[in-house]
Amino acid sequence: MTLTAEVARSQGALRTFLHGLPGVDQVGAEQRAAMLGTRSIKTTAKAQALDLAIRMVDLTTLEGSDTPGKVRALCAKAVRPDPADATCPSAAAICVYPAMIPVAAEALRGTGVHLASVATAFPSGQAPLDVKLADTRAAVAAGADEIDMVISRGAFLAGRYAEVHDEIAAVKEACGDAHLKVILETGELATLDNVRRASWLAMLAGADFIKTSTGKVQPAATLPVTLVMLEAVRDFREQTGRIIGVKPAGGIRTAKDAIKYLVLVNETAGPDWLDPDRFRFGASTLLNDLLMQRTKMATGRYSGPDYFTLD
Amino acid sequence: MSTETPARLAVRKTYKLFIGGAFPRSESGRSYQVHSPSGEFLANAALASRKDVRDAVKAARAATGKWSGATAYNRGQILYRVAEMLEGRRDQFVAEVKAAEGLSRKDAAVLVDAAIDRWVWYAGWSDKIAQIHGGANPVAGPYFNLSSPESTGVVGIVAPADSSLLGLVSVVAPAIVGGNTVVVIASEGRPLPAASLAEVLATSDLPGGVVNLLTGKVAEMGPWLAAHMDVNAIDLTGVTDPTLGGELEVAAAENLKRVIRPSSPDWAADPGVSRMLSLLEIKTVWHPKGV
Amino acid sequence: MDFQYAPAPESRSIVDIRSSYGLFINGEFVGGKGEPFKSINPASEELLADIACADAADIDDAVRAARHAFDTVWGPMPGRERAKYLFRIARIIQERARELAVLESLDNGKPIRESRDVDVPLVAAHFFYYAGWADKLPYAGFGPDPKPLGVAGQVIPWNFPLLMLAWKIAPALAAGNTVVLKPAETTPLSALLFAEICQQAELPPGVVNIVTGAGETGRLLVEHAGVDKVAFTGSTEVGRAIARSVAGTRKRLTLELGGKAANIVFDDAPIDQAVEGVVNGIFFNQGHVCCAGSRLLLQESVAEEFLASLKRRMARLRVGDPLDKNTDVGAINSAAQLARVRELSQVGEEEGAERWSAPCELPERGFWFAPTIFTGVTQAHRIAREEIFGPVLSVLTFRTPAEAVEKANNTPYGLSAGVWTEKGSRILEIADQLRAGVVWANTFNKFDPASPFGGYKESGYGREGGRHGLEAYLEH
Repeated sequence: MTLTAEVARSQGALRTFLHGLPGVDQVGAEQRAAMLGTRSIKTTAKAQALDLAIRMVDLTTLEGSDTPGKVRALCAKAVRPDPADATCPSAAAICVYPAMIPVAAEALRGTGVHLASVATAFPSGQAPLDVKLADTRAAVAAGADEIDMVISRGAFLAGRYAEVHDEIAAVKEACGDAHLKVILETGELATLDNVRRASWLAMLAGADFIKTSTGKVQPAATLPVTLVMLEAVRDFREQTGRIIGVKPAGGIRTAKDAIKYLVLVNETAGPDWLDPDRFRFGASTLLNDLLMQRTKMATGRYSGPDYFTLD
Repeated sequence: MSTETPARLAVRKTYKLFIGGAFPRSESGRSYQVHSPSGEFLANAALASRKDVRDAVKAARAATGKWSGATAYNRGQILYRVAEMLEGRRDQFVAEVKAAEGLSRKDAAVLVDAAIDRWVWYAGWSDKIAQIHGGANPVAGPYFNLSSPESTGVVGIVAPADSSLLGLVSVVAPAIVGGNTVVVIASEGRPLPAASLAEVLATSDLPGGVVNLLTGKVAEMGPWLAAHMDVNAIDLTGVTDPTLGGELEVAAAENLKRVIRPSSPDWAADPGVSRMLSLLEIKTVWHPKGV
Repeated sequence: MDFQYAPAPESRSIVDIRSSYGLFINGEFVGGKGEPFKSINPASEELLADIACADAADIDDAVRAARHAFDTVWGPMPGRERAKYLFRIARIIQERARELAVLESLDNGKPIRESRDVDVPLVAAHFFYYAGWADKLPYAGFGPDPKPLGVAGQVIPWNFPLLMLAWKIAPALAAGNTVVLKPAETTPLSALLFAEICQQAELPPGVVNIVTGAGETGRLLVEHAGVDKVAFTGSTEVGRAIARSVAGTRKRLTLELGGKAANIVFDDAPIDQAVEGVVNGIFFNQGHVCCAGSRLLLQESVAEEFLASLKRRMARLRVGDPLDKNTDVGAINSAAQLARVRELSQVGEEEGAERWSAPCELPERGFWFAPTIFTGVTQAHRIAREEIFGPVLSVLTFRTPAEAVEKANNTPYGLSAGVWTEKGSRILEIADQLRAGVVWANTFNKFDPASPFGGYKESGYGREGGRHGLEAYLEH
């Protein structure tokens, strides 16, 4: 029996496995993340990192006020982040609510930019399973090739691991060929031990990516949380051979921050994860700062927001 | 023929060593004569050898785990018990100190009372020294940080030459109250109260080996004790020859023993805590604070 | 993707190194009467400066200056005034932090990340901490009116040149003593910059004197009859000689010597943090740390997995230019130290331990040694008993807590120890049983001016840091 199947056999087996994972010392993890944050990335390395970061952005809008116009503008931005510079790469994906999928699908067709949709009663996840599955199927049917689901934090915190596991597995099945990103909402999990357990739970249940946050809860992505998730995907690969992606989302606003995350990836999970298929940033304003830094690298001058599109 | 009962022949006491809770003679079979300051013969005392030093250190080392691992409360109880036992044999000690130090009965009684009171004083320190000399350190980071005094280990002591009981108690009690075990060389010229104190210690619930008491020549045993690599600290208080004191300190440097240098304090004065602290290590434990 | 960090060198133009330095005696730089020596950059072997060497007459002058300052100025000065001088020094250190960090990395070979983020901030903090004590000594627990000892002769090592200076000078001055300090022969520059800081702070002449030289200069200082207090940090061998030399005198002595610390990892440890802690424990400062966790004790049930993680982590260590902000492991401090590290590593191989070194490219010039671990080590191996003082870790295993404690304590040293486990009661019990002055539980190599540091057994005596650190400089 594979690890995945064996552990998923029962609530008891899941609990035993998850609680048997090594603990995370919060102070040690924070210090490691902070130390990596002091890496100084300059010149050629910085240019390389900025382009990579742009290629990893899931350009996101998840507002009640989203309109087709807004989403179309965002899609255009994802495809050509810097209209003045043809060498500037596209973002990885657009991330929207299900209602906006048709508009985005239309705008992105043939561009290579992925279309992600949140689903499963985002952001709270507080809906019956059949509603979540219907939500997922509808999103995929409408053209999303990536689904960002939320786990039931309530069930997780109450220790009903099997329920969370089975729900993720069911959503994964409902995804069909679409990639599944599982949002742990680490801000509500409260401890790094829980982040590690939830990461493993999601991976065991079939996640293609594990993602920190909805962006609707504070704190959203942090370096220590991402560190623990990167350790989890690294260890999961050791044990199963499968590579799972990681997506910090929310709160990453500057190029400097993004580069710290890339250093974290490089020195924790390793260079194999320095790829948009394995690491993403869930962000909106980050992209413009990356572009400004990129221009600074090219021209030697600091740029300003007036020179980049505001979408 | 007289039918009178003859005067009862006294049972004399043989003064022996005290090693590992037992009372052996010196393994060398030697003894030496002990006289009062006025030259009157008092008794024979065991003349301990370097092998007795070795045995005493071995016994002291063997006792460290149990004694340092005992609760401070328990050590305090036992030290107080020593005072109780001593009080019960007060008259005997007054007589021995009187003889040993050539004092009046009244002056000897003052010293014995002070010695008993000193045991009581030190008994009370057992569970307080860590509170006045340890504590939390406010480090600049998310850490629990606590310093606590701990015993150094085996302490070699050269007891004061003149003050046969009060001086002796004043160097032994501060060493053992914190969990050390000791090998004491009693006053060379006035060893008898010390040998009797050993009898008190043996009946006070003090585990065997915590105090090991040797009588004999400081110049013969001192170098072996000071150079012994399984002794952690040496108290040279009773060394009267400055040259020997220096030599013993040099020998002690070989394994970096903590050293208390020779001195002749006023034993009647408030002893303070520095003697206790000289024989304690500070251990600092760090642990992160996180959830 | 292969993400290579481009060089990110800290600018060395911030520090102005003179071509030669004198001794700092009585507030002034003066020539030394001994044969001058050279201080070089161990990362490149480039000459940094010519350094004066103090002979017996120079030591006489320095001790006399310190005595005069003690008798006339520093001793009589109210504590609150002494405090302000120390606060002033702390502030200047903060202001000149970058300069001090660059100089320290140039002269010592340690990574700028460490001199910038660890050494220099701790130096400033140490002066700041003890400054506050200067006018509060009656509350320190050493009697109602504790007195300074007089002139302190202090000898410090090359591994944390400026930090060890702070550990020596700050408490001595706070307690009202004056000092003559000898920095290590290979790393005198930051102490000489500190002398300039004393001038800048307008510290009265003679309160701090810096005499440079090799072992002989140190011997002259500690044996000088005018010294009331000797404080030494360095090897156990030299510490022993100093303990002998002060025997029979009235000099007070504190020693902070070698170590062979066990870092004990239980199978329920927070593994990722334990790996970090082990790496930090032995590769911090190239392993030139007396309290380095140089013996890793692994519980057998987790040993294989842990070693795999450790090697993976070690492969990411960035070894190279100490001034590069991304360097994790810098240069070995001297050719002599490199020879010793090499020799003991050779012994480890000859004794049958298995050697593994992190794959890294070492610069051609300078003194370098790749981070290395030895597995299959037993207590009988020399590399498990002798202090290597370099980036070399000996790995042993154990089965039970009792065995771990027994192995950890089975050494003449007793400076520090580490224990990694998520079980609280086990931490407390193991910490109780370890015979070491500092026990880091689920962390390692943490230092703070408020926290006393020092060893059991042959690791020395006395404590530095915290309230306890005052004791060494007070009559009581």
